[in-house]
Amino acid sequence: MKENILIIGGGAAGMEAATQLKKLGLTPIIIEKSDALGGHIAQWDRLFPAFHPAKDVVAPMLESVKGIDVLLNTEVNDIQCDADGFKAVLTNGKTIDAKAVVLATGFDLFKAERKQEYGYGIYNNVITSLELEKFFRTGKDERINNPKKIGFVHCVGARDVKVGNTYCSKVCCTTALKQACEMKEVFPNAEVYTFYMDLRMFGPGYEDLYLKTQRDFDVKCIRGRVCEVSENMDGRLVIKAEDTLFGKPLKMTLDLLVLMCSMEKNKSIDKIQQQLGVANNSDGFMQNRDMYLGMNGTAKDGVFVAGTCTAPKSLPDTIAEARSVAVEVFNYINNK
Amino acid sequence: MIIEGKQKIWADYQKDIPDDHYFYVRSCIRQAFWPGSEVTFLDITRNKLGKDFYENPYHTTCGGIAYHSDTIPQETAMTIIARQFALMKESGYENYVCSCITSFGCYTETLETWHEYPELEAKIRQYLWDSCKKEFAKPKYLAHASDLIYKFRFDIAKQMKFPLVNVKTGKPLKCVEHIGCHYSKMFPSKGFGGAEYPHVLVGMIEAWGGEVIDYPERRHCCGFGFRQYFVQANRGYSESNTYKKFESMEPYEPDLIITNCPGCPYFLDRWQYVIAEQTGKTYGKNGYGIPALTYEEVAGLVMGYDPWDLGLQMHQVAIEPLLEKMGIPYDPKKKYQGVNGKDLGQPMCPSCIKSV
Repeated sequence: MKENILIIGGGAAGMEAATQLKKLGLTPIIIEKSDALGGHIAQWDRLFPAFHPAKDVVAPMLESVKGIDVLLNTEVNDIQCDADGFKAVLTNGKTIDAKAVVLATGFDLFKAERKQEYGYGIYNNVITSLELEKFFRTGKDERINNPKKIGFVHCVGARDVKVGNTYCSKVCCTTALKQACEMKEVFPNAEVYTFYMDLRMFGPGYEDLYLKTQRDFDVKCIRGRVCEVSENMDGRLVIKAEDTLFGKPLKMTLDLLVLMCSMEKNKSIDKIQQQLGVANNSDGFMQNRDMYLGMNGTAKDGVFVAGTCTAPKSLPDTIAEARSVAVEVFNYINNK
Repeated sequence: MIIEGKQKIWADYQKDIPDDHYFYVRSCIRQAFWPGSEVTFLDITRNKLGKDFYENPYHTTCGGIAYHSDTIPQETAMTIIARQFALMKESGYENYVCSCITSFGCYTETLETWHEYPELEAKIRQYLWDSCKKEFAKPKYLAHASDLIYKFRFDIAKQMKFPLVNVKTGKPLKCVEHIGCHYSKMFPSKGFGGAEYPHVLVGMIEAWGGEVIDYPERRHCCGFGFRQYFVQANRGYSESNTYKKFESMEPYEPDLIITNCPGCPYFLDRWQYVIAEQTGKTYGKNGYGIPALTYEEVAGLVMGYDPWDLGLQMHQVAIEPLLEKMGIPYDPKKKYQGVNGKDLGQPMCPSCIKSV
């Protein structure tokens, strides 16, 4: 009998978990709600810290899932569990029997308009990090018109009690510095500023990127939060912030402001998560069994988690978790 | 500017308040600064719109100025507020509307605090009983008076005689809207339009034919800020805040400023005189300033009230250029006449800003 493993989510975690499970002799089935595999990373142009093209990571992952059952534009409508395993009813009307479920549902990007003071959706020249990445991929965005002065705001929707997200989104600092350097590559004469609370350069090569950003690209990193954005008569942005190292407020006129939006729990999976009996942690992401030895497990036998559905993570961390979840599932099936 | 973005926020920040039967409380300082505003509010709501707005002569200050100046503790301010609520209850009302923005902030803060800490509400209940032998009920609805004018803005527009339009050019008057900090900055959901892009005054301006100016220092404090002014040594800071706003709005050539706070029109009005004396600079055309009016004064003007009955002679900045733009007739001889033609005396003319 085939040992079906239902993987919900076709992003980096879902694809990598499926690849490894197949290698281990199991039968993964990927359910993806959008019309393509790849998740958020497929929308990215280059990756930190070394400006590696995202497609060079995504393409091999896509290649490796060839031969694996993938159902696009499909979600799980209902899921039940009995002694034999799980029975999932899909939005396309099909039913899948599976021995285990891997939740690899990823994250939602924080909606920048919720931070009203930054003026996203109000002022033309306020954009998000995702929109900037699209500009890098396509070279097109009518709002980006040879800007002379560019600002980046870190922690948009993260470490922010006001929006209810007290956690660090982990990847935004490094992404901001990567994008700041890229803007200097595209617009060498532009002045580029980043506004940060703390720069969390935790991974290999990240600190080097931080030094490179300042030394080679002359990006100015200002420790302080932007508190207000408005527009002047010319349509340029006037921002107010505090430089906490100087201990002084500052006001600056910019041509473009990029908001580094944080990760939030993907809420589209809430109903299925509830049916499976998987709770949320204090940050609103899914709760794994424990953060040291049971990071891929959940309170429910046979239900596993991988990637950013449990917390913000970098791509290498996500891939590592996807590989470890495959081993966890394999052991679970073999020990039943 | 993407107006749809603002409209979405305005739609998100609407609040449900009744349109009738209110217990009305005045501001302790507005009556001195702008004596026509509150009486105009009551006249419009009661006599022009036929609503029930009741005042109890025993109501007092809310204690807000003392509270925000750190001269009384929060429990004292709350007990004063509890007494106001007791008067509302005794008068048979459930809806409470206040004239002052600081009061609105204090009432909102008090109700929210009691909601979070019911033991504190019980303590204040005891304080009120011990001190006044009164019992209070919390209002079913709390509103600021500008919320009501906002709610009635289209009814007012139906009775409008002089829209916010320049009669010579036919173009809308360019209006700066300035919201009191305590209206929605502390509790965004309590104000029409929220904290960042409040709609309460924008809605009035648009309903009455004006054009709203969004300038970079729109959100900045008027310069009052309590300690900025009450502590004498800080008054330069107060003035510098006002100066910053005027420098920012100047390129847009505003015709008037509309406010909904007691202090804002005062500081936006009076500091123009001081700035003119210190620097020789005025922000209106031809040596005049930019009139800074209360929303009741603006409502009164568009409805055809006599400018001097509205108390517009109490403004430092001359109102006459605005009256002429709007085509509102006025008798210059009556500017400094009080009730029954009593001579109020004429103020000295400043040297750098035109007063007539």
